[in-house]
Amino acid sequence: MARDTEDRAAGTHKAERRQRGRSKKKPKETRTVRVHTGHEHNPNRHYANNRIKTTKYTVLSFLPKNLFEQFHRFANVYFVFIALLNFVPVVNAFQPELALAPVVFILSVTAIKDLWEDYRRHRSDTEINHMDCLVYSRAERRYVERFWKEVQVGDFIRLRCNEILPADVLLLSSSDPDRLCHLETATLDGETNLKQRQVVRSFFDLDCEFDPLKFNGIIECEKPNNDLNRFRGYILHRSGSRDALYKDNLLLRGCTVRNTEEAVGIVIYAGHETKAMLNNNGPRYKRSKLERQMNVHVFWCVVILLLMCLFAAIGHGLWVFQYGDKRPVFDVLSPEGAELSPVVAAVYLFLTLIIVFQVLIPISLFVSIEIVKVCQVFFIHQDQDLYDEDSDSRLQCRALNITEDLGQTQYVFSDKTGTLTENKMVFRRCTVAGVEYSHDANARRLALYQEVDSEEEEVPPPGGSLRRDSSSSQQSSRVVLRSLSTKTHRRTGSRADAKRASILSKHTAFSSPMEKDVTPDPQLLDKVNECGGQMDFMRFHGQPVSQLPSDLADIMDFFMALTVCNTVVVSSPNQPRQKVRMRLESKSPVKTIEDFIKRFTPSRLTSGSSSSSSSSLATSRSSNRGCSGLLSSPSAESTLAKLQEEQAALGSAPPRYDGTPRSPEDGELRYEAESPDEAALVYAARAYKCSLVGRLPDQVTVELPHLGKLSFELLHTLGFDSTRKRMSVVVRHPLTDQITVYTKGADSVIMDLIKPPDTETSKGRRQKKLVLRTQNYLNLYAADGLRTLCIAKKVLSKEQYACWLQRHLEAETAIQGREELLFDSALRLETNLQLLGATGIEDRLQDGVPETIASLRQAGLQIWVLTGDKQETAVNVAYACKLLDPEEEILTLNADSHEACALLLEESLHYIQTKFLCSSSDQAAKAFLPNFAPFEVYPPSSSSPHSAAFTVHRLGLVIDGRTLAYALDQSLEDRFLAVARSCRSVLCCRSTPLQKSTVVKLVRNKLKVMTLAIGDGANDVSMIQVADVGVGISGQEGMQAVMASDFALPRFRYLQKLLLVHGHWSYSRLANMILFFFYKNAMFVALVFWYQFYCGFSGSAMIDQWYLIFFNLMFSAFPQLVTGTLDKDVSAETLQQLPQLYMSGQNSEEYKPYMFWMNMIDAFYQSLVCFFIPYFAYADSDVDVFTWGTPITTLALLTILVHLGIETRTWTWMNCLSISFSVSLFFTVSLCYNASCPSCFSPSNPYWSMQRLLQDPLFYLLCVLTPVAALLPRYFYRACQGTLFPSPVQVGRQLDKLPSETRRNILNLGGVEAGSAVRPVPHFLSLGTPSPEGPDENHQRAGLHAVDATEKDTLPYTKDAAKLPPEPRPRPPGDAEPRPPGDDEPRPPGDDEPRPPGDDEPRPPGDDEPRPPGDDEPRPPGDDEPRPPGDDEPRPPGDDEPRPPGDDEPRPPGDDEPRPPGDDEPWPPGDDEPRPPGDDEPRPPGDDEPRPPGDDEPRPPGDDEPRPPGDDEPRPPGDDERPHETSEALKTSAMSASSRAASSPRPPSQAASVQLPLPPDGDAQRVRYCRNSDHAVRPAARTQTDAVL
Amino acid sequence: MMASSYNAKEEDGHHSGASNNGGAGVVKSKKPDNTAFKQQRLPAWQPILTAGTVLPAFFVIGLIFIPIGIGLYVTSNNIKEYEIDYTGADINDACYNCAKNFSWNSTTPCLCSVPFTLEQPFESNVFMYYGLSNFYQNHRRYVKSRDDSQLNGDRSALKNPSKECEPYRTSEGKPIAPCGAIANSLFNDTLELYHIDSNGTRNAIPLVKKGIAWWTDKHVKFRNPGGNSNLTVAFQDTSKPVNWRKPVFDLDPSDPENNGFINEDFIVWMRTAALPTFRKLYRIIQKKPSTTPTLPSGKYVLEITYNYPVRSFDGRKRMILSTISWMGGKNPFLGIAYITVGSICFFLGVVLLIIHHKYDTRNNSADIPS
Repeated sequence: MARDTEDRAAGTHKAERRQRGRSKKKPKETRTVRVHTGHEHNPNRHYANNRIKTTKYTVLSFLPKNLFEQFHRFANVYFVFIALLNFVPVVNAFQPELALAPVVFILSVTAIKDLWEDYRRHRSDTEINHMDCLVYSRAERRYVERFWKEVQVGDFIRLRCNEILPADVLLLSSSDPDRLCHLETATLDGETNLKQRQVVRSFFDLDCEFDPLKFNGIIECEKPNNDLNRFRGYILHRSGSRDALYKDNLLLRGCTVRNTEEAVGIVIYAGHETKAMLNNNGPRYKRSKLERQMNVHVFWCVVILLLMCLFAAIGHGLWVFQYGDKRPVFDVLSPEGAELSPVVAAVYLFLTLIIVFQVLIPISLFVSIEIVKVCQVFFIHQDQDLYDEDSDSRLQCRALNITEDLGQTQYVFSDKTGTLTENKMVFRRCTVAGVEYSHDANARRLALYQEVDSEEEEVPPPGGSLRRDSSSSQQSSRVVLRSLSTKTHRRTGSRADAKRASILSKHTAFSSPMEKDVTPDPQLLDKVNECGGQMDFMRFHGQPVSQLPSDLADIMDFFMALTVCNTVVVSSPNQPRQKVRMRLESKSPVKTIEDFIKRFTPSRLTSGSSSSSSSSLATSRSSNRGCSGLLSSPSAESTLAKLQEEQAALGSAPPRYDGTPRSPEDGELRYEAESPDEAALVYAARAYKCSLVGRLPDQVTVELPHLGKLSFELLHTLGFDSTRKRMSVVVRHPLTDQITVYTKGADSVIMDLIKPPDTETSKGRRQKKLVLRTQNYLNLYAADGLRTLCIAKKVLSKEQYACWLQRHLEAETAIQGREELLFDSALRLETNLQLLGATGIEDRLQDGVPETIASLRQAGLQIWVLTGDKQETAVNVAYACKLLDPEEEILTLNADSHEACALLLEESLHYIQTKFLCSSSDQAAKAFLPNFAPFEVYPPSSSSPHSAAFTVHRLGLVIDGRTLAYALDQSLEDRFLAVARSCRSVLCCRSTPLQKSTVVKLVRNKLKVMTLAIGDGANDVSMIQVADVGVGISGQEGMQAVMASDFALPRFRYLQKLLLVHGHWSYSRLANMILFFFYKNAMFVALVFWYQFYCGFSGSAMIDQWYLIFFNLMFSAFPQLVTGTLDKDVSAETLQQLPQLYMSGQNSEEYKPYMFWMNMIDAFYQSLVCFFIPYFAYADSDVDVFTWGTPITTLALLTILVHLGIETRTWTWMNCLSISFSVSLFFTVSLCYNASCPSCFSPSNPYWSMQRLLQDPLFYLLCVLTPVAALLPRYFYRACQGTLFPSPVQVGRQLDKLPSETRRNILNLGGVEAGSAVRPVPHFLSLGTPSPEGPDENHQRAGLHAVDATEKDTLPYTKDAAKLPPEPRPRPPGDAEPRPPGDDEPRPPGDDEPRPPGDDEPRPPGDDEPRPPGDDEPRPPGDDEPRPPGDDEPRPPGDDEPRPPGDDEPRPPGDDEPRPPGDDEPWPPGDDEPRPPGDDEPRPPGDDEPRPPGDDEPRPPGDDEPRPPGDDEPRPPGDDERPHETSEALKTSAMSASSRAASSPRPPSQAASVQLPLPPDGDAQRVRYCRNSDHAVRPAARTQTDAVL
Repeated sequence: MMASSYNAKEEDGHHSGASNNGGAGVVKSKKPDNTAFKQQRLPAWQPILTAGTVLPAFFVIGLIFIPIGIGLYVTSNNIKEYEIDYTGADINDACYNCAKNFSWNSTTPCLCSVPFTLEQPFESNVFMYYGLSNFYQNHRRYVKSRDDSQLNGDRSALKNPSKECEPYRTSEGKPIAPCGAIANSLFNDTLELYHIDSNGTRNAIPLVKKGIAWWTDKHVKFRNPGGNSNLTVAFQDTSKPVNWRKPVFDLDPSDPENNGFINEDFIVWMRTAALPTFRKLYRIIQKKPSTTPTLPSGKYVLEITYNYPVRSFDGRKRMILSTISWMGGKNPFLGIAYITVGSICFFLGVVLLIIHHKYDTRNNSADIPS
């Protein structure tokens, strides 16, 4: 080892010195682990040891610490203060000890809870601390079993397979021949795939077992931090050499060692300093909106309390004053015998009354709320509907105290990928070398999955309908088989069971059959085969492979790149987690420059910087591995020869040339990828027989058709990161022996890195054509909602590579600023690429997403989607998931400067105002078209409570990240919000995590609304944390989002039940409970207050102190806890079917401020009744204080319970039990108490009072009369309200009562009609005065106006149903279903899916001018019917025009020359049937010219014309005027898409675009601020906003 | 695995553990149990408050309450009650002089007599009350100013009364028995009732002083220290309350059983009244065995030994003669209240009926699906 380090010394000298320099500057930022094995003791004792202690308390500290914590809650301090006040003799009201009881009770309940939790933590700590591991004992010179807690920093630990890591360990040795250690990190990040960790480089070549004794060095590394993905440092060997350390060397605590026999490491961070522990945050505490509101009212209670006290104190002062000097016998002197002046008496009394009236501040409220919330969390946890069988996971509530916020959410911010979509990437289509392969069969196969997925009933396998047109029949039969097997599962058990079983059995992420199976495109398959054949041929004939025709070579390279350029690990299922070894030669990836030099020995570089020591290292290494042969110049021949030998030796299946299915063991290879895209691409490549069969750190083995297994020497991997948006691998191509860089990444990035083609040569022209075409296809893919990736390659010469490598290694070893250096280094490599092709990967929508979104929207939730995806993809997914509606207009905001953005926002605002404020008649008009959209399911959100100013229109807003950045600027944010809030849906594309959170924060703070953020990935974490409610999807992207969230859901669709049902319930339960608490306490305390008038305001209470103190805690607590936990105002079914009911929570209808006051007034009324009925009944009698007070207490209790009964909506046996328990508890306690001690309980001496009372008929008469009299008004009010103006919730409740049959009918109607049908009176759901939109909305709902007009005050029961369209089901299955975007199947006519691209174009000229209101909606039914292909094409030139040069400006100038118009022609026919060819045009020629963005404007309209003539033909003549229109003004043209399957036959001219009637402004002088992307974004369904200077 | 998942697990454990009352979490699959309780599907009754559903309740309540009210009212009206205010606030009053001159410090009793006429004979047992008005026996410090242990016969409390009794705890260095303001302000007027028959002779009406206190008070709550043996000895070393003329063991010279803390007048006084205008049972005039009314109609004279000054606080003193019924003394309020509430219910029922008829009919018919 010493030799090793010395060897390296020279090489790393330079880097080392720099490191040292840096590390000296900031000595405090690192930790140093010294290892001197000579010492008996570990020299690192001063670092935290591995004992973990997550407990908060120790035996001693528990009481003070817990109390201290509890006193953070103000209420506790208040109650303690009051209790202590009781100890002051002059003011004491109760027996001081007794007064302490409630506080002590509350405190101890909380303390016991804390103690119990802490104890559990302690037990679990102990368990963990006492786990065993093997630690090297310096004394015994061997590994001994130690407890985890005894592990210390600097200890050597031997890890065996399947062992859990006790601490963060630096990997020094591994039994794995590759010096790897495999880790399962599921507990850390939830990812189920194996991670590889590498032995520290200097120990890499250790051939013998690692001997800790020999280790002698200093490890310098970062201070403990919680960044799981970062670790850097270096080892300083005794020899003085240094070795950089990476996160790849660090094994994190909590992970499990897999696949590795044995590994040895040194502990770097232990115990609480491990990254896992640092990442462990406890549950989050948030304060819910309801609680904030409640606190306001608690404050009001305090005010009321003080007022009452003040009033009584003044009264007492006057009372004392009136007697003057004549002291009456009953005005007892103070204990000191001093006579109290009226003022002093009043002051004392004030304090006394604070004690007496303390009940007004509900001490038990806080505890009760906590209890109820815990129960709510329990029930949410237990809900079977929120359980996902596929992943065997259920909802987790991570925040315990904001359940009711779920019921008040107004804005939902959602991530797209993985949240709305499955994050199951499915390869859909690709384009290679400018030729598109549409993979029709593949598309059909996917459609099949979807059907199988979405259908619940048994349906004959649709295989019959699945006809093969051109591809091989085997493929077809495979697909059918697949569906059959799925079906079989479903017969035997539930489908989900089967799915889960399959998932469990395979333990592999990203491997659902859907993802694994790709049906190859026959054309491409042929080409691949041909290519393989040719290469094989060439190989045998000794021809250089580079002579391959370039398109074939591209295809080959394309698949090579798909196969190689990733980090997928191959494993075989038979021996789980056992990697498939296909090792041909042993080599490590190039890690040092020497290494590289060695490998490429016969090059000039040898003379460079290499030293003898380094070469000796290399030699020794290679000799160790016995691979010296490699040192000789490796030629393609020799490699191939070796390959063939190897093949023969392994006896692997011979390469297949035909389309026969692969052999089973081959097909069984499993790929474990870090991201689903990667897996999808690898599976896709496998479908083309380019299978990845093995991956080692230094080599990738690929099996190719005809060529068999090839192994690529992996020289370098530049991993994917989100800033670069690409990854690259550097390999040595075994056939050409070239150093090749394969890069794949986001198209926007890759396209910029493409080497500008040289137009001089034919090759260059070809390249250019390829790039242009690929770009076209990319646009197509994006328009289909596919995720696009570009594949590119680059061939490096050895010199170039060496040069790059050198600098890269320097960057790698840098400690400071390593990230930036690495980034620069990567940038140097990834330039001048040669584009190979692009892939389109489909990220399927999750089940039920459109339905969930529709229903959430019906519930009045504003849904914003914030995604990092590109605009086109996002828009299309938004359509697919019904976030955007083809019906509605879309404002697209793309600006590239602050001013432009400002202008755009101004425009949009203006547009919205003019359009929607002036056009209410428009809406009215549309409403009266009887056949309007029977499937219209959305209630316009304007029925939500926002005042008219915030009316939400049927508008969608699409904004990209850059514009968003401007819009979020302080000066513009208000305008942005004004625009965004009036749009029904907002889509932010290409937004960064920071922007996501800024948007959420902005909306939350400025609009004062409740926000919910839902996401699944690390990029959503900030958004989740900022929102009021953060929801994480526990999906495939790790656990970070879940860790940050308040609630973790397995699927997006569960959000519906979580919000609509549990949120609603939680809110309504808690709101009612809190209101009830206020009422109860006020009512109870007011009794004592009234009494003050009859006791000289002396602070006396007729209610025994025991009752007064324990009334809240004992007698009246249980029923309301039960009600608060179990009450259901409306059944879950109704809540889900009538999402409108959710609005009651959004509007805080259960708990409005006025309700608090109403409750207070009611409380005072009731207490008056409860006080004065006994008062008069016992007036001028011989009743004594407590014989009179006890009935009053009883009456109050009964009244309160009956009140609760009136407010209880759902009576179960629990309610009855709790109420009777309360009553009997009261009587039992009072009987016992009154019988227990004749002389205790001073000052009250209630001995035998209750017993006497029970013999008194008067008592019973009072008990009957008083509650009735007290509750009469409320009961009457409730009855009237239930009849005259029932709230929607009450109507929902009425629905619950109906027989199921009737109910179903009504609910079906209700679903369609957005709830308005259920309103007995028109204003029913519109809450108060009908807003301007009110009636309109009603009418917008399908066919509703008829009902409304005729039967306005009733529920539309069955008879009404007849009037409605015959099939009013809200969602006809399969009909409105989310179709995979870009689904190519011939669409059935009338299919109403949201893609009307361009179909409304062919309209008479002039139609799109500021249209008469009401024009654009009742769109003709046949509009988007099977339209002739030509129908789609005619995109008016004007349409394209406003489109800015597009997203591509980052492209270096000179990149794309003006494309010849005819460039696009040679498309494979039939490729894109459903898609309008016009879709591709969005980039008008000349658009791509290297122009600065703003300067391409003054283009004559005719500029766009140079277009294939055929393109324009089908266009109606009038369309040509559009250029004129567009240029005429600064305008916002809103083109709402065609209607769905609406019925009334209307001329197609109705589809329209709306333009702002703005003053024309310089005909041709337009500056484009609005930069719509250059891709076709559903051209018709978009508003383009152009700003004209 | 343990360490990192530890908190998350612990969270989970906490949730399911804390809330899982039944330990349902032990199943291998995390699938929640399908029980009615956990799925919140307990069988339930969901009353809906609408005019239609509620109006029967109103009618029923009305129909029940009104007869009860009438019954109560009639009962109350059958009770005979006679009340004399003998405060002597007015100059024409018989006790004006007594009231004017008398204070707690007066040593000589002042006597006055008030004649009155009963128009109607009082049947059955007649209860004689004294009533005080404007006397805040429920004043907070007053109510507290007693020592129940002392009254219960606790010797140590006798010698060392509770602090609550301050400033009536000790006098002249000796503990006061009974201590406290309540005891100190014991009502000490003596009322005697004479019937003046047709020939003008004054017949003293026998007033029974036994049984005016609660049985439990007399026998359980109030106890003399050391039993009833020798009260003088028992109460030695204590002093009488300041306002008292006689020590506690000498309250009722006529009946040694009625002395000390178990003196019934004392016990009745010690049960502090709830309201500032109150009456306390003073004596019982027992029904005669013969058929003659207990108090035949005619002239009576109330002889008062005026000991209790009330002028300082504008108090009034009354003597009340009342018969009682099963529901206590005369109080028409409850009957009227029942009748009122019953009528209101009935009226609201009618209103609801109208509402129901006008607005709720569809709803109702909807309940019966066609």
